Amino acid sequence: MDQPAILRVENIVKTIGGQRILDDVSFAVKKGGLKVLIGPSGAGKSTLLSCINFLSPPDSGVISLDGKPVNGKSKKELLALRQQVGMIFQDFNLFDHLSAMENVRVALIKVKGLDKRAATNRAMEELARVGLADKPSLYPAQLSGGQKQRVSVARALALDPKVLLLDEPTSALDPELIGEVLTVIRDLADEGMTMVMATHQISFSASLADEFLFMEKGRIVERGAPAVLLSRNSGSRTQSFCAKLSELAGDASCEIAS
Amino acid sequence: MEGFLDFAVNRIIPALDAGLWTSVLLIVPASLLGIAIGVIVGTARVYAPRPVGKALDWYVSLFRGTPLVVQLYFWYFALPYVSIGGVNLVLSPMWASIIGFALCSGAYQSEYIRGGLLSIKRGQLRAAQALGMTPLTTITSVVLPQAFRRALPGCGNEIIYLIKYSSLASIITVSDLTGMGRSLAKSTFRNTEVFIVVGLYYLALVTVATFVLRAVEKRLELPGFETKKD
Ligand SMILES: Nc1ncnc2c1ncn2[C@@H]1O[C@H](COP(=O)(O)OP(=O)(O)OP(=O)(O)O)[C@@H](O)[C@H]1O
Ligand SMILES: [Mg+2]
Repeated sequence: MDQPAILRVENIVKTIGGQRILDDVSFAVKKGGLKVLIGPSGAGKSTLLSCINFLSPPDSGVISLDGKPVNGKSKKELLALRQQVGMIFQDFNLFDHLSAMENVRVALIKVKGLDKRAATNRAMEELARVGLADKPSLYPAQLSGGQKQRVSVARALALDPKVLLLDEPTSALDPELIGEVLTVIRDLADEGMTMVMATHQISFSASLADEFLFMEKGRIVERGAPAVLLSRNSGSRTQSFCAKLSELAGDASCEIAS
Repeated sequence: MEGFLDFAVNRIIPALDAGLWTSVLLIVPASLLGIAIGVIVGTARVYAPRPVGKALDWYVSLFRGTPLVVQLYFWYFALPYVSIGGVNLVLSPMWASIIGFALCSGAYQSEYIRGGLLSIKRGQLRAAQALGMTPLTTITSVVLPQAFRRALPGCGNEIIYLIKYSSLASIITVSDLTGMGRSLAKSTFRNTEVFIVVGLYYLALVTVATFVLRAVEKRLELPGFETKKD
């Protein structure tokens, strides 16, 4: 049974200021799949993610959602695409003038055209889903980093996205707040949410990802199942990168969390 | 010679009350128009295509860089001689003042609005875009509500200034507070008393306006958007 890919990225090239930031990148995610982008700083992970929803449009290549190639020239198609592809940012990017609930609700009203009551109900459901049912009226200035990131996940989920793009969702968090966000991500994976995530949380994501994509200088230089790439004597780039990261972090846990 | 109190009650206050009404009819529309212009121009200066932004920068420089009296003289005394498509526009003193104040105030207001807009982090714009919001929705739902809160203290100050510079309308023959005061002083030769009371009227207007602006600020205040009290 070969499921068709829900998101297909083909031969993406992106040049910024004469520099090739993405060089012929291709991959595909099936429904419920989780691809994890790993690689050194500047490898192009963030750029790749923002090419997928055309926040920074690729120079060439094709993005297809549900088998349909996206026409980057059509504003209407792009707006439709972005409603179906949620994005989580490293520094949350909540709307500062809106409460947690209003942050989740605003796109339901302004983009989906829901009436206020239906949107509020939906927003409250999504907040409950990320464990923030008791904080709907707090403003971003009153929330911790972990809470802010969970609100931003709820905000993306409210639009029922087919795919969720996560750009280092825990990198801006204090160590003690990372866990609560990872728990939410794990729940999403268990519920079958399709995701593409850039992260340095290698051993965490190893237990969830169906594939690791190791990027360097704008190319995917290595790809494979986490178990294979991380096995101690694989000699893979991923393995040595992971070893280096955990050395820096001062723990020796570059293994698949079981 | 009557005493000050009698003179104030019988002569100054009746005259100034008429002038006060005229002043209010100048200040309220001019400040509202000024804010409207400021919001439109400020937004366009940040987000509109380059040529439009450039043209509006010139507008702001022109109105901030020339004396308001000269601007009023232009609208009242010079405009009738300027033929626009064969039509010569003659403005009443009131309209010349309202338009003059609104355009000048709008130039300053646009600076505050622009500052407010620029204070919004790019990440929030990306987030709005990623949610499928159109640029227009992003501006109205994300950008302006925040920019306005950040700009509010500056905009409020500009309205306070407008109340005071509205007195310049008297030099193009508007019988506002200052105008009424001046005619009364001329006819009674009691300059000191008259102008002290005129000053008190402006002080009262400014106090009321300050109070209202504080209330608005308080009302719009949100966590993370506190305005520093001075
Ligand atoms: N707007 C831009 N202008 C110029 N260069 C850019 C721009 N955006 C990204 N780059 C460059 O593109 C390259 C890839 O950046 P990108 O942010 O995608 O990397 P990354 O893999 O996400 O890194 P990190 O782990 O630090 O987030 C970097 O060399 C960066 O300097
Ligand atoms: Mg990045």
